Amino acid sequence: MEFVLLIFLPLLAAVFVPILFKKLKSIHTGWFVLLVPVVLFIYYLSFLKMTMNGNVAISEIPWIPSLDISFVSYIDGLSLLFSLLITGIGALVVLYSIFYLDKNREKLNNFYVYLLMFMTAMLGIVQSDHVITLYLFWELTSISSFLLIGYWYTRDRSRFGALKSMLITIFGGLMMLGGFVLLSIMGDTYSIREMITNSAAIFEHEYFILALVLVLLGAFTKSAQFPFYIWLPDAMEAPTPVSAYLHSATMVKAGLYLVARFTPVFAASEVWIWLVTGIGLLTLFWGSFFAVKQTDLKAILAFSTVSQLGLIMSLLGASAVSYHVEGENAALFKFAAFAAIFHLLNHAMFKGSLFMVAGIVDHQTGTRDIRKLGGLMSIMPISFTVAFIGSMSMAGLPPFGGFLSKELFFTSMIALPKFELFNFATWGMVFPILAWVASVFTFVYSFYFVFKTFTGKKKTELLPIQPKEASLGMLISPILLATVVVVIFFIPNLIGKAFVSPAVVATQSDLFTHPDEVGVHIKAWHGPLATELLMTLGVIGIGLLLFLTMARWQKLYDIQPQYFSLNALYDSLLTFGEVGMNRLSRFYMTGLIRTYLIYMFSFIVLITTATLFIQDAFVVDMDSFAKINAYGVMTAIILILAVCMVLFAKTRLGAIIALGAVGYSVALFFVIFKAPDLALTQLVIETVSVALFLLAFHHLPEVKRHGETRKFRLGNFIIAAAVGIMITLVALSAHSQKLIPESISQYYKDTVFTEAAGGNIVNVILVDYRGFDTLFEIGVLAIAGIGVYSMIRLRLSRKENSDESK
Amino acid sequence: MKANDVILQTATKVVFFIIFLFSVHIFFAGHFAPGGGFVGGLLTTAAIVLLLLAFDLKTVQESLPFNFMIVVAIGLLLALGTAAGSILFDVPFFTHAFDDFNLPLFGVSSLHTAMIFDAGVYLVVVGSTITMIQAIGGDS
Repeated sequence: MEFVLLIFLPLLAAVFVPILFKKLKSIHTGWFVLLVPVVLFIYYLSFLKMTMNGNVAISEIPWIPSLDISFVSYIDGLSLLFSLLITGIGALVVLYSIFYLDKNREKLNNFYVYLLMFMTAMLGIVQSDHVITLYLFWELTSISSFLLIGYWYTRDRSRFGALKSMLITIFGGLMMLGGFVLLSIMGDTYSIREMITNSAAIFEHEYFILALVLVLLGAFTKSAQFPFYIWLPDAMEAPTPVSAYLHSATMVKAGLYLVARFTPVFAASEVWIWLVTGIGLLTLFWGSFFAVKQTDLKAILAFSTVSQLGLIMSLLGASAVSYHVEGENAALFKFAAFAAIFHLLNHAMFKGSLFMVAGIVDHQTGTRDIRKLGGLMSIMPISFTVAFIGSMSMAGLPPFGGFLSKELFFTSMIALPKFELFNFATWGMVFPILAWVASVFTFVYSFYFVFKTFTGKKKTELLPIQPKEASLGMLISPILLATVVVVIFFIPNLIGKAFVSPAVVATQSDLFTHPDEVGVHIKAWHGPLATELLMTLGVIGIGLLLFLTMARWQKLYDIQPQYFSLNALYDSLLTFGEVGMNRLSRFYMTGLIRTYLIYMFSFIVLITTATLFIQDAFVVDMDSFAKINAYGVMTAIILILAVCMVLFAKTRLGAIIALGAVGYSVALFFVIFKAPDLALTQLVIETVSVALFLLAFHHLPEVKRHGETRKFRLGNFIIAAAVGIMITLVALSAHSQKLIPESISQYYKDTVFTEAAGGNIVNVILVDYRGFDTLFEIGVLAIAGIGVYSMIRLRLSRKENSDESK
Repeated sequence: MKANDVILQTATKVVFFIIFLFSVHIFFAGHFAPGGGFVGGLLTTAAIVLLLLAFDLKTVQESLPFNFMIVVAIGLLLALGTAAGSILFDVPFFTHAFDDFNLPLFGVSSLHTAMIFDAGVYLVVVGSTITMIQAIGGDS
């Protein structure tokens, strides 16, 4: 079987969720959904041996062969690691949600459909080798996360958060699409693998920097990097299982995945290294600093996620340096790639468990406000233990996994200034300093999260619900994750060999071809005088000091005024979009139909006559004109008289009748020139429309003449004359143009019976030769009918409603 | 409308069926002689408009109790279904088929799938024009 199809397994399962939810009320739908990630996780585990040996698996099904678009699943170390995270954490999150979401009160059918949709989208992102399908899945994550964040759509904050995250991530996605298109032009392929092979040619191309920036915009918006991070804290309005899944383990890591995947393509550029490392570190610092300001448990975690994502991003940037140096120096930067992937793995574990604990606290106490919490340790000992393990890992303390990756992070950041290219020698010192300061704050917010919640005075009287320990079912997932966090510390090299090294090969494909070559040996102990150890000690010392004196320096945050923040910028942009654009459109949308007719007619005249003259298409061929007989002359005279009557009619009834006369004389023309079909149609249409006018006559306003100024009438005259002349010109030249030597009607005469077995050319053209035209025409007719109906009927019923309310 | 239009009303009752039958004739004749779904539909509309003029909206609505929006929908589905149905036979979208059949009563008749498509056009035309007329005329 093509394993690329497995990407769509969650989507397929989503079809059955509403049925299960409706039919089997007594069983929580989550139990069925749980099967999907578990099965996938076990299946993807079977690839582990293959990637450890440095092999890859490819599976492809064509989608739009004519455009060379197909679904390609490409499983190497990097995509396998992500797939395992998505399905593994996914399974735990579904398990957790079974206990978190009440099956009687919540709309579980919606929830699990969105969640499964999201799972497919994520698997698609990490396994796609084709940039166009990658983009497709990328936007699908934006849409499904929009639905998930707005799950409690009756709350204003949920809708606001959902909209914000979608606007920002879809903006980035569109930019990324532009980057992908440029890349596919430069590399002459849609396949990422082939782009990596062609990276030299891509680097030479003049659009290289543009493509680089566009792709990075996509990655930065998705991974909540500075200054796009503002959507992540607002996305916390989602149910906690969603936060644990989307905002710790999967969606936000899509940006990291993208950067890691495209590193071999872009690493040759100095701009890439500076941008990725710089923005990453800035985000790390910014996020960690503002995390301490938050009072909502999930907001603290949101900011901490922002900062951790920045950390991984900066490491990915540093890993690209390995493309520029050789020998011993290169070895330093292989640490960076290794550390990035390793920390990504660690972060998914500890942040997942922390989000779940935050959810448990919320669920068991009714609040997430850290000012109301405290002293929960004795009431909820298991939750406390999990939170403690997660936080200490986040703070980078032994004996937890986070410690190891943070040490590796320091190693890489210290290495950066040693690198004497692209001004790193002078500016490079900024990196380790920023990294260290950010780590101090990381330490502070980790302590802040766990100790303010679980130790100190009990304030049970402030809590809406009397707290007690959560049920075992809700605790299983976070406990499992916390266990992994501890296990990672004791067997880091085994994990590194199995999961991290194969992924590193994808990021630094010029250094390694086989995972065994990576050979990074993780040490918990760097020796008594190692810089890393001193930095860690510094972090602990200063961090503890800052944590204990928090109350004194927290006022610092008030210095920044509310109106001078990125959120304020976002809000004012939205307001501008709404109010400003509204004003702009009111400027030319007057609501008067005559204004719109003026626009339409002037543009038609301008464009058509201009085309006629630019193309030199105006031809009059007098010879082909038909002979005019007496009937024709008479009809023409009637026609002209009727038109004049319309113009000078004093009453509306007179105008309507005169207009009918115009229509009937046109029908007469059709009779004279032997077009019975048209004549018949025209006659009936005239009859119906005159009748329609008479029916609606009652509602039409009186004809007003005195209100119109001379200038306005002159303008009308000019437009009317221009349209008339233009139509005449077009008709004359259309008649005189002989693009095909034979007449078209001859072709129809010859083929109409053999091809469509019809005797009436007009009808055969309508239903067969140009069936599409007719299909769309009746589509337009139907839309017009519905439009008229809804405009008049809805307005009427609204009027009636407002009458009743009076 | 005036209440004592006895002559108009009586004549309408007869003329309506004549126009309607004529529209049906024109619709079926369409493939070989002037006519077709579009004109046929319009003629049917004209017949109904005559009813509207002779009687009033409410009476007509009671005697023709269709939701004309649904007529539109059926028409669109017929037209689209005919066009899309060809895909099932592995021929390009919108391919029409025709053949002669020996039917009881009618004798040898030429049957076309284009006819079904035309019926769709007919229904959409009738449905949407009457919807519009009812909406505009009923605004009182």
